[in-house]
Amino acid sequence: MEIDPFIFRLSIFILSIFIGYYVVWSVTPSLHTPLMSVTNAISSVIIVGAIIAGLAGSPDNIFTISNILGFLAISLAAVNIFGGFLVTQRMLQMYKKKKKDK
Amino acid sequence: MSPNLSAIFYLVSGVLFILALRGLSSPETSRQGNFFGILGMVIAITVTFLSVGSFSTGLIYVLIFLLIGGLIGAFIAYKIPMTAMPELVAGFHSLVGLSAVFVAISAFLNPEAFNLGLPGDIKLASLIEMSIGAAVGAITFSGSIIAFLKLQGIMSGSPITFKGQHFLNALLLISILVLTYLLCSSQSSNFFWILIAVSFLIGFLLIIPIGGADMPVVISMLNSYSGWAAAGIGFTLENTALIITGALVGSSGAILSYIMCKGMNRSFFNVILGGFGATEQSASSGNKEQKPVKSGNAEDAAFLMKNASSVIIVPGYGMAVAQAQHALREMVDTLKKNDIKVTYAIHPVAGRMPGHMNVLLAEANVPYDEVFELEEINNDFANADVAFVIGANDVTNPVAKTDPQSPIYGMPVLDVEKCKSVLFVKRSLSPGYAGIDNDLFYKENTLMLFADAKKMTEDITKNL
Repeated sequence: MEIDPFIFRLSIFILSIFIGYYVVWSVTPSLHTPLMSVTNAISSVIIVGAIIAGLAGSPDNIFTISNILGFLAISLAAVNIFGGFLVTQRMLQMYKKKKKDK
Repeated sequence: MSPNLSAIFYLVSGVLFILALRGLSSPETSRQGNFFGILGMVIAITVTFLSVGSFSTGLIYVLIFLLIGGLIGAFIAYKIPMTAMPELVAGFHSLVGLSAVFVAISAFLNPEAFNLGLPGDIKLASLIEMSIGAAVGAITFSGSIIAFLKLQGIMSGSPITFKGQHFLNALLLISILVLTYLLCSSQSSNFFWILIAVSFLIGFLLIIPIGGADMPVVISMLNSYSGWAAAGIGFTLENTALIITGALVGSSGAILSYIMCKGMNRSFFNVILGGFGATEQSASSGNKEQKPVKSGNAEDAAFLMKNASSVIIVPGYGMAVAQAQHALREMVDTLKKNDIKVTYAIHPVAGRMPGHMNVLLAEANVPYDEVFELEEINNDFANADVAFVIGANDVTNPVAKTDPQSPIYGMPVLDVEKCKSVLFVKRSLSPGYAGIDNDLFYKENTLMLFADAKKMTEDITKNL
């Protein structure tokens, strides 16, 4: 009997939890706020689902409820993606080392 | 693009997201990490467009909505003051939650587009995954909205509790399982709508009993939920990038919640069950009026610091409220000119979210290698001459080490009292968030500076 592809996805999921566990513990506590904003940005990769939803269906009728929800989800996720990465960038720019004596 | 090829690209973007988090292990590599994250996102979005292939007129709308969202996001990112990061992150979590709900509904209404079967005949596994994604997304959404309102001060930060609250929550959680079962066996959309409505309600009920002081835990927890919601949708869409990311974000939020709970010596369930900050008042109103307090002015403080050889600054959220971080850094610059060694000590729950105080100090141009975490610096207090406590309170309270009756007993605190002298900037003797009197006020070596944090810091600088 063949293995259900779901099992493979589940394996990826479980292993990723462990990767996340070890990677996040190695994040320095002073960067915990950027960590939150960047995880926010990357979890908005959910936009791929939104794009599929937005582009689904026949070209004649692109305003089914399903499409419209897709469009809205695209906007929401895009706010997060742009906002999340940019605000992270802005924060990380502020972390500077001690200036050497002039 | 063939499904196999796009699957490989999704894997690549998943790996890039891992590297994005990995970069945060030090400030030097963090900017590169953020770049990896952006790259991963660009790849994921591009591949999605290419794999959909046949571009209908819908494409233009997709791009328009993408642009609208992107502009709003970019605008917010540039405008937001760093003090408002907790609200921003809570707001962003709600958006992840809501888009998860929208995608789940969309997939439910139009399963063919997602290869999940036909309407009314969706694959069982997909239905379960969809329900999980939608339910967790809805909980994240309404929970984050409440957290946002509490942080913004639109809603009172005090916990809202009522009789039978926990029973009701448990009942609703069980009903989620029952509804999922009914949905799977009947394929009836009604159950799906009820499921989502109940989930919205749970998110709301889950956060209202949690007090303002516990917000760092709440935000971290919602961070985690938003990850699990994304993972649920990832299973539905059979998308590796989403599954990996969801797992990363889910565990990240869980770890941060754990760190925050540990910083307050509270168990996770204790926080979730809520009510903290409402019932503790009685502990404080004992005999505080009788105890003598030494208070001083800016000149005294300047004198003490000028004659010190090392000073440790203990900032708290009150500093951010008073917008005193820039004034503080100017004071420190003056001290450094006088060859006084200055370091900063940060308690894990010093701000309103994990790492908040570090960002605020970084914004005020404080070099990050002068800022230390509790474990790194706690032994140094005994050797320091002056501890300058500004806007912090409970995290310095020695009662946490000495009085088993105290509600904060066992909480890790900064050993400020071990310093030769303590300068404590505060508006009045009122207790902190936990509602507990701080023994530090009455210590022999403590000098209270009753004033606004910003004004006091500026005055001290003038006197140095």
